[in-house]
Amino acid sequence: MKNQILSGNEAVALGAFQTGVKVASAYPGTPSTEILQNFATYKDVYAEWAPNEKVALEVAIGSAMTGVRTLFTTKHVGLNVAADPLMTLAYTGIPGGLLIVCADDPGMHSSQNEQDNRFYAKFAKIPMLEPSDSQEAMEMVEEGLLLSEKYDCPTMLRMTTRVCHSKSIVQIDAGNQAAIPVAEGFKRDLKKFVMIPAFAKLRHPLVLEREAKLEDITETTAFNRIEWNDNKIGIITSGITYQYVSEIMPDASILKLGMTFPLPKKKIKEFADKVDRLFVVEELEPYIEDEIRIMGLAVEGKAFFPKLDELSPDVVADGFAEAGVLPYDLPPVQEIAPGGDMPRPPLLCAGCPHRGLLYSLNKMKAIVHGDIGCSTLSVLPPLQSIDSTLCMGASISMAHGTVKAMAGLEDKRPVFAALGDSTFFHSGITSLMDVIYNKGNVNVVIMDNRITAMTGGQQNPGTGHTLQMEETYAVDIIEIVRALGCRRAREIDPFDMEGTMAALKEEIAHDGPSVLVTKRPCVQLFRQDPLAVRTVDTDACIGCKRCLKLGCPSISQGDIIPDEANKKERRYSNIDAATCYGCALCEQVCTSNAIVYVAQ
Amino acid sequence: MEGSGNILFSGVGGQGILLASEITAYSLLAAGHDAKKSEVHGMAQRGGSVTAQLRYGKKVYSPLIEPGQADIQVAFEMMEAVRYLPYLHKGSKVIVNTQKILPPAVATGQAEYPADVLDNLIKREIVVVPVDAFDLAREVGEVRTANVVMVGAMSPFLPVNPEVYEDIIRARVPAKFRDANLRAFEAGRRVSE
Repeated sequence: MKNQILSGNEAVALGAFQTGVKVASAYPGTPSTEILQNFATYKDVYAEWAPNEKVALEVAIGSAMTGVRTLFTTKHVGLNVAADPLMTLAYTGIPGGLLIVCADDPGMHSSQNEQDNRFYAKFAKIPMLEPSDSQEAMEMVEEGLLLSEKYDCPTMLRMTTRVCHSKSIVQIDAGNQAAIPVAEGFKRDLKKFVMIPAFAKLRHPLVLEREAKLEDITETTAFNRIEWNDNKIGIITSGITYQYVSEIMPDASILKLGMTFPLPKKKIKEFADKVDRLFVVEELEPYIEDEIRIMGLAVEGKAFFPKLDELSPDVVADGFAEAGVLPYDLPPVQEIAPGGDMPRPPLLCAGCPHRGLLYSLNKMKAIVHGDIGCSTLSVLPPLQSIDSTLCMGASISMAHGTVKAMAGLEDKRPVFAALGDSTFFHSGITSLMDVIYNKGNVNVVIMDNRITAMTGGQQNPGTGHTLQMEETYAVDIIEIVRALGCRRAREIDPFDMEGTMAALKEEIAHDGPSVLVTKRPCVQLFRQDPLAVRTVDTDACIGCKRCLKLGCPSISQGDIIPDEANKKERRYSNIDAATCYGCALCEQVCTSNAIVYVAQ
Repeated sequence: MEGSGNILFSGVGGQGILLASEITAYSLLAAGHDAKKSEVHGMAQRGGSVTAQLRYGKKVYSPLIEPGQADIQVAFEMMEAVRYLPYLHKGSKVIVNTQKILPPAVATGQAEYPADVLDNLIKREIVVVPVDAFDLAREVGEVRTANVVMVGAMSPFLPVNPEVYEDIIRARVPAKFRDANLRAFEAGRRVSE
């Protein structure tokens, strides 16, 4: 046995490898991304980035149909995309163990919502496990696969950001790296796998029978355990919240739930009967609490613990103080000092190829439907370039709807959709098909930075490399666009501001749909070119702040410009040579020729 | 193993906070402690304010530190030291890199960079250890080792022998940068010793 500190995501990857998972498919999404990145590095496994979560789950189902142990990972909103195959997969089942790892993001550290995906397990009636640290995450991979194989259904391993991205000690038995089991292979079973209505009707009762069997399992699994202590207070909890409760309420009795669908009703009743006051502490929705209330038991929870945001030890302590269980003597905290509340939001990087496009779009006085990805960062000043961000690929379809609705209105603003390469592959393609098919008039800009950037730089169908870094065909975006019927499609260089502005204006003037592809790689993929670094010529700079409107992290205000008596104080712009990438956008927006190469 | 504590790493995305907290976590583990660490990936990396939280002791439950409970803060930037003041208590030790990275409001002239950052900490009975990590990193010949300079400056405050950190650095840093990182650790440690 060896101790290692692993993140929840690393532990899942290791667990999957050690239990003989052979095939894994996913689309990157924080906080789930590192699971497949780690899994892909193990030997003799197949791991891939699919273009979207629906595709990834279908790949996983096809794999598990042959009896092979299979992994599908996703962030919470990705499971919405994969919900279609999921709900019927729950009817068909699969012979091979299939683990659905779903990483929720309470607190929305890197997401557009904080939906509680535990309801998906209840919805699909599939077993659900919730780890509260990395050790459990690893152990639950095996348990999940065993449940999947025994009960002929996928198992959901539901994680949250704080489990995915917290590191804790995992005991690793290095000798326990199982060989990949030889699967039985694909077997024809029409009534099981062909879900025409007549056959689906045969499967639905089996789903209910399975639920009844799982209700027995959840009563006996070691992952649902009672830690008896003082019986005045009993707390039912799961996932990361178990850690907070253990920390804050060391004297209380705890029913720690590791299997949360189905819930162990008998065990809950037994626990409830022996404690004076029963609490449920859970993040987001009252998923457990509502079930207990339906059982007719007295229970308290969301009255004291918020549905909003993630929980934390202090929020749990606050809740118990409000419930009159803890004394209200929480330790005094230090007051905020000047500057402590000044925001420091994430920014588009210096040299980001999105900047030139987003700056230019802002100048067009257009309606811009944005999309998921780094470009959402342009919503903040000074760029403020986008009007919406909803979900993957929505920019194009929403723009289409806006254009159709604006027909005949006074408002003649042009409508743009702006999305990244990976988002286009994910679900922008079908949206563009809709625009062309239904004679829409949307100006689409695909920001092709040759990578899936926001999640940390993953390969995608356009990069020419697979997750396991094999060379492969690189999808040609222009070719796809043309094949969809959009004949007006061309590449532009977003570092060429004048060319970018001209191209946007041209598309506004043109009556009909069009696609511009800004082709420049993500700056994170390349080192700075020291020859291209720019500096400010203080003899020429007049302090007009034009360059500051780019929102580039390398540009700031410097010293006061002297000799300007009776004029408003102006300051030189300053370019940080250590971080300037040399994209030269600032040089192009400067009307005083004050931005020049650093003298070599 | 004796002792327990909470360490808050704070700074700006891209400063190498994750590696610094990783080296510290592994060093605590090697010295026989239980340890848990929490960090956030994804969006925050793009120049935003970031933290990593590390807790150690005999048995650690929560990976998150409660307000008022951080014993040590390793701040990679001055403003990012005051931002997390509510996490500190009287007597907390703040190892702070004296570098300034201007947030957008300051860079565009809409706000002033907070003055007297260190005084504001000292006034609240916090033990401040200023470190010019960037300069020290340059002196050891690799500016990108500023994060390990910070680990070095924090190291005397933890119940871990310096050799343990050095072993962990050897094991976890690419060979090419190993010597520079070891020198950076020493340079940082000398600031606090």
